[in-house]
Amino acid sequence: RLRGKVDRKFLEELERRLYLADVGGTATTAIVDRVRQAFQDKEIDGNVETFVRQQLRELLTDPSEGIRYAESGPTVVMIAGVNGAGKTTSIAKLVNRLQKDGKKVLIAACDTFRAAAVEQLTVWAERLGAEIVKNPTASDAASVAHDACEKARAKEFDVVIVDTAGRLHTQVNLMRELEKIHRVVGKVIPNAPHEILLVLDATTGQNAITQAEMFCKSVKCTGIILTKLDGTAKGGAIFAIKQKLGLPVKYIGVGEKIDDLELFDPESFVQALFE
Amino acid sequence: MFDSIQRGLSDALKKLRGRGRLTADNIREGLREVRRALLEADVNFTVVTKFIQRVEERSVGQDVLARVDPSEQIVKIVFDELVALMGPVDPKISFAKDRPTILMMCGLQGAGKTTTTGKLGLTLQSQGRRPLLVAADLQRPAAVDQLKIIGQQLGLPVYSEMTDPVQVCRNAVTFAKQNNLDTIILDTAGRLQIDAALMEELQQIDRLVKPDQLFLVVDAMIGQEAANVAKTFNDTLSLNAVILTKLDGDARGGAALSIKEVTGVPIKFVGMGEKLDKLEPFEPEGMASRILGQ
Ligand SMILES: Nc1nc2c(ncn2[C@@H]2O[C@H](COP(=O)(O)OP(=O)(O)OP(=O)(O)O)[C@@H](O)[C@H]2O)c(=O)[nH]1
Ligand SMILES: Nc1nc2c(ncn2[C@@H]2O[C@H](COP(=O)(O)OP(=O)(O)OP(=O)(O)O)[C@@H](O)[C@H]2O)c(=O)[nH]1
Ligand SMILES: [K+]
Ligand SMILES: [Mg+2]
Ligand SMILES: [Mg+2]
Repeated sequence: RLRGKVDRKFLEELERRLYLADVGGTATTAIVDRVRQAFQDKEIDGNVETFVRQQLRELLTDPSEGIRYAESGPTVVMIAGVNGAGKTTSIAKLVNRLQKDGKKVLIAACDTFRAAAVEQLTVWAERLGAEIVKNPTASDAASVAHDACEKARAKEFDVVIVDTAGRLHTQVNLMRELEKIHRVVGKVIPNAPHEILLVLDATTGQNAITQAEMFCKSVKCTGIILTKLDGTAKGGAIFAIKQKLGLPVKYIGVGEKIDDLELFDPESFVQALFE
Repeated sequence: MFDSIQRGLSDALKKLRGRGRLTADNIREGLREVRRALLEADVNFTVVTKFIQRVEERSVGQDVLARVDPSEQIVKIVFDELVALMGPVDPKISFAKDRPTILMMCGLQGAGKTTTTGKLGLTLQSQGRRPLLVAADLQRPAAVDQLKIIGQQLGLPVYSEMTDPVQVCRNAVTFAKQNNLDTIILDTAGRLQIDAALMEELQQIDRLVKPDQLFLVVDAMIGQEAANVAKTFNDTLSLNAVILTKLDGDARGGAALSIKEVTGVPIKFVGMGEKLDKLEPFEPEGMASRILGQ
C-alpha cells in the first residue's frame, strides 16, 4: 500500500505501479513529478492516495455520456482499430445497449477481408435481432457502407454501426480504405460518421499511443472503446492518449458477452489501476 | 544503429571518452537511458530492472576503449545481452514417428491463434507434411467458419464438430489416423490467463490428447501484461514455444524479452502479416535491434 512518507521510495513505488499499468514513460514522469511537487517529504496521512487518484482522474475526462446522436436522421457510428482489438464484439455489445435505449439499429458488415468476419457479425446480428447489411461477394468495403447508409435513411433507422476490417496503422493502403469508407458515408448522410470509435485492447502497451495518433490522423476519431479490461491489464496508455490527442474513452469492454460493455467511468478506472 | 538510445547514451557518457574504466558510478546515467528505451519498448518493468543489473555487472570493470565511443561500448553489451537472453532459437518442429504429431495453439483473445494455425499448416504442408486443422474454439461466433475458410484457402482438411472442445480434440486424433494425416494443429478459443475454468479446459485437452508441442500465441503489441500471461500459461501447461504475431506493425515488441526472461520458453516463429504465408522464424538479433529502437 502507498503509506508512510512521500519520499524517494514512495515515488519509486508509484512509478513502478504506473509503469506496470502501461501508463508509459512520459505520462508516468509527469504524474510522479506532480505528486513530488505537491508532497515532497510530507508524511502520508491517508490523503496522498486520494491526491494521487485525484491527479490521475483529472488527466482523464469526465464520465462518458456515450454516443452523441445526430440532430436529425440516422446517426452513423464507425468502428476502427488494429487486428483483433475487439471491434466486432464491441459492436455487438453496443447494438445491445442502443437497442435497450429503444434505438432501431442497423449493422454494416464492412470487413470484407478477414475469413468469416461477415459470418461472425451475422451470428451476433441474429442473436440481437438486429438487421445487417452485407454483401458476401463484394470486396469493396465502402460500397457496403454506402448501401447500409442508403437503407438506414430510407427505412428510418436511428443508428448505423459500421464494422471495419482490422488494420495496422502502418498499412498505408488499408488506412486509405478507411478514409474512403468515411468519405462515402458522409456523401449519403450529411455530417456522417457522427462518431468514429477507435477500439483499443487494454493489454496493448505503448503502441496504443501510436495507434491512436495514426487513426486520428486518418479519420478523425471521436472516442475510444477500451476492451478486455476484464483481464489484469490496466490500459494505462489512455493517459498519454488523452494528453496528446485529447481523445476520451467512451466505453470499456469487460468480457465477451453481450452485456459486457460499460460506459467509461474515470473514477473506477483509476481505482482499478492500483488493484 | 539505435540512433535515439545512442544519442542519449552519448550525452550521458561523453565524459568517459578514452580514459579509465567503466564503474557503477560513471555509467549510471547511461544505464538510465537504456532503461528508458526498454520501458518504451514495453519490456516488463520488473524484467527491465533485472536486465539493467545484469548489464551493469557485465560493464563495470571494463576498460574504456581508446577508439570507441563509450556509448557504443555499452550499446554493444546491451545488444549482446539481449540476444543471449532471447536466443538461441530452433525453428524446427520435431515429429513423432509412428503416430500423428499434435500441436496446440493457445493464448489470449484476438492474439492470432486461428490465423497462425493456418500459417503453420501451410509451412508444414510445404515441408511435405499432411496437416489437419482442428476447430476447437466453439465459443467465438463463427470461429469454426473462420478456420474452415482458411483450410479451404490452403487446401487443408479441417476437423470440426459442434460438441465440446475436449471431445473435438480427441475425435480429431482418431480422424487424423483414419485419414493418414500426420500433423494435427489444434486451434483453441482465446482466454484470459485468470479464467480458471477455461484454463482447466486446456489442461483437460493437454491430459487427454497429449500434444507434442504447446504454442502460446502472443500479440507483439502487448504491454506489461506479457509477463503475467506467459507465466500463467506456462505454469498451467508447460509451453514448448511462443509465437509472436503482428510484428509487421511498428510495435517494438519488448514482450519477446519479458516472456523469455520470465518463463525461459523460446520464441520460435513470428507473424508478419494477415496473409497465410507470413510466418517466419524468430531472429534474436533482429528483435534486439527492434527493442532498442533501430
Ligand atoms: N475478455 C474479453 N475478450 C474480448 C473483449 N472484447 C472482445 N474480446 C474477444 O477478443 C477476440 C477478438 O474480438 P473481435 O471482436 O473479433 O475483434 P476484431 O477487432 O473485430 O478483430 P478483427 O476483425 O480480426 O480485426 C474475440 O475472441 C472476442 O471474444 C473483452 O472486452 N474482453
Ligand atoms: N497484421 C497482422 N495481423 C494478424 C497477424 N496474425 C493475425 N492477424 C490478425 O489478427 C486478427 C485476429 O486473428 P485471429 O487469428 O482471429 O486471432 P485468434 O487468436 O484466433 O482470436 P480469438 O479466437 O478470438 O481468440 C485477425 O484480423 C487476423 O487477420 C499478423 O501476423 N499480422
Ligand atoms: K483489468
Ligand atoms: Mg472484426
Ligand atoms: Mg481464433
